[in-house]
Amino acid sequence: MTITPDVRPAVPANRRGDADEATPTATPSNAAQTGADVPTPTEDFVQLLTPEGELVDHPEYSVDFTDDELRGLFRDLTLVRRIDAEATALQRQGELGIWASLLGQEAAQIGSGRALGAQDHVFPTYREHGVAWCRDVDPLRLLGLFRGVNTGGWDPEAHKFHLYTIVIGAQTLHAVGYAMGIQRDGLVGGDDAQAVIAYFGDGATSQGDVNEAFIWASSFQTPVVFFCQNNQWAISIPTDKQSRVPLYQRARGFGFPGIRVDGNDVLATYAVTKAALDRAREGSGPTFIEAFTYRMGAHTTSDDPTRYRIEAEVESWKLKDPIERLRSFLVRQGKADQAFFDSLAAESDQLAKHVRTGCLEMPDPEPLSMFDNVYAEPHPPLAAQRDEFAAYLASFEGGNE
Amino acid sequence: MSTQTTTLAKGINMGLRAAMDRDPRVVLLGEDIGKLGGVFRVTDGLQKDFGEARVVDTPLAESGILGTAIGMALRGYRPVCEIQFDGFVFPAFDQIVCQLAKMRARAGGLVKMPVVVRIPFGGGIGAVEHHSESPEAYFAHTAGLRVVACSNPVDAYWMIQQAIASDDPIIFFEPKRRYWEKAELDVEAGPPAESLHTARVVREGTDLTLAAYGPMVKVCLDSAVAAEEDGRSLEVLDLRSLSPLDTPTLFHSVRRTGRLVVVHEAPVNLGMGAEIAAKVQEACFHSLEAPILRVGGFDTPYPPSRIEEDYLPDLDRVLDAVDRSLSY
Repeated sequence: MTITPDVRPAVPANRRGDADEATPTATPSNAAQTGADVPTPTEDFVQLLTPEGELVDHPEYSVDFTDDELRGLFRDLTLVRRIDAEATALQRQGELGIWASLLGQEAAQIGSGRALGAQDHVFPTYREHGVAWCRDVDPLRLLGLFRGVNTGGWDPEAHKFHLYTIVIGAQTLHAVGYAMGIQRDGLVGGDDAQAVIAYFGDGATSQGDVNEAFIWASSFQTPVVFFCQNNQWAISIPTDKQSRVPLYQRARGFGFPGIRVDGNDVLATYAVTKAALDRAREGSGPTFIEAFTYRMGAHTTSDDPTRYRIEAEVESWKLKDPIERLRSFLVRQGKADQAFFDSLAAESDQLAKHVRTGCLEMPDPEPLSMFDNVYAEPHPPLAAQRDEFAAYLASFEGGNE
Repeated sequence: MSTQTTTLAKGINMGLRAAMDRDPRVVLLGEDIGKLGGVFRVTDGLQKDFGEARVVDTPLAESGILGTAIGMALRGYRPVCEIQFDGFVFPAFDQIVCQLAKMRARAGGLVKMPVVVRIPFGGGIGAVEHHSESPEAYFAHTAGLRVVACSNPVDAYWMIQQAIASDDPIIFFEPKRRYWEKAELDVEAGPPAESLHTARVVREGTDLTLAAYGPMVKVCLDSAVAAEEDGRSLEVLDLRSLSPLDTPTLFHSVRRTGRLVVVHEAPVNLGMGAEIAAKVQEACFHSLEAPILRVGGFDTPYPPSRIEEDYLPDLDRVLDAVDRSLSY
């Protein structure tokens, strides 16, 4: 069945009104029409931990975490949410020009980020604060771009975490090219094999670059994992405007497997990503992962989501919160006590203070620094322009302007 | 004897081969560059000798070529991309202008982008639309890129090697209508002392300077020969590098001759000639005997090939500008 846009319900309630039901009933065929409906776990949605915090079996995927590791994941989720909240507050107070919140997407990022091996490489969008956390990038370093004091702020190779990319989807090609380099280095298939993961969102799947990245990865069987966080909204446009089929199903057309995972389930996201990375490293080519999640906040702090989505939808996703389900599980199974939560709260406060103080102390760059690193090799006209500007600036020194 | 008669296309081919022999991290990427050897045969024989991992026949998507080249450069490789024709570079515009050009600055100098983008450019071969463009000014306008254009087989051989050796991204324009022009190339003469970004006086003169690059250098040389019969001594400057411009060599010439005509195929409006004229009048104001003139393509889309000779600057249009300058 096909429906044309003009006969679709104007209000998104019909598309997502059942999203808060415990056992959603979307079938593959109606999922094609209503891309944001919650998929059925057993059919096309890998889930290991339900929103209620109960473990469920999956025929192909499982995790084997110690209690320590489970608490570690909870700590990760909690702390990156705190970093995000602090950054949003800093923007509201005028300390950041803008901030792209990850609220709601913590499990997708921590699950995939913790599945990475130390040898793997990450090409993020501008919202991968949780993945950055997993790559040991000081959260303060993330703020520079949004505060306007730099355009990067960390060493991409040292962290194996490349710079944030603002132009939607451009980094997916960089990831594939990087993976082509890994192939030429002979680092596929052996014990020292490496993989690359490219992050992007549902909106990016419409970009030419992303589709070209799929084609390259497939043609050359590069060791790359395409990790799409389908957070249902590309600013104001719902996913079903980007695709008439579930996003993960697109992969088949490009010649590699696609899989949809509950992006609010840190355990499932971890398991699915780990398997895809293993597959890439062993030389079996790319995998497309659609992490089905929700952007709980605005696109950025400049956005007003009340203009395009209804509150009931947001409320329904609150019941699927990635952190609360793990908390329920840990408490119910006696895997974490109050002392753990208290200590984590204190650590969270400390981290917030670090982010906050560090941000306020971040100096503005020197005006002349804009001339630095434009070129690797000498460039006489630019050097002359810099000197001219330096002399101009110096002409004010000692004066009262 | 190491000297051999070589076409411009073969000069680039030999230069690519030398660079690939020297550095295993040099990798060629492009459409039809492997088995076919490129539509102009510039990469002929290279895949056979260096293998499919180093001479990569890519899928047909220019942004994909540039985007993956950036990723390979981040990994430590030195990709050389071939864009099949000038008019096909625009699908890769974001990857060149927003990604390639800015990557090093964005990373605070922690990465380098040794990527060469080879683009056959210009008209004069009777091609269909989008095959005769001169898009150099777009790239020369972009900080972070270097832009060069070769005009003859000897330069082609050396300049492509110098471009590949550079740690900065370079847009390398090849004058496609000169691909089959021949010259004597001595590959054992050693690399030229001059840097890639140096302009060269290719004919000395005293009355007026003609500044050109790529396919127009030959037109200017022919014009200078013709002008000599009228007793006029024209100096011809092959700019070679469009970004950065070798302004010292340019200024030195104009200060001696007092007159400048800039010649290029690209439309004159906001073309390289505009920037050159601005820089020269700023630095050589008191040496100028006449306004700086530009001879270029018209501000129209590149016309159908049956009338391209009317669009392209030729000897007569160059000499007309020379007349106007000298009679000012």
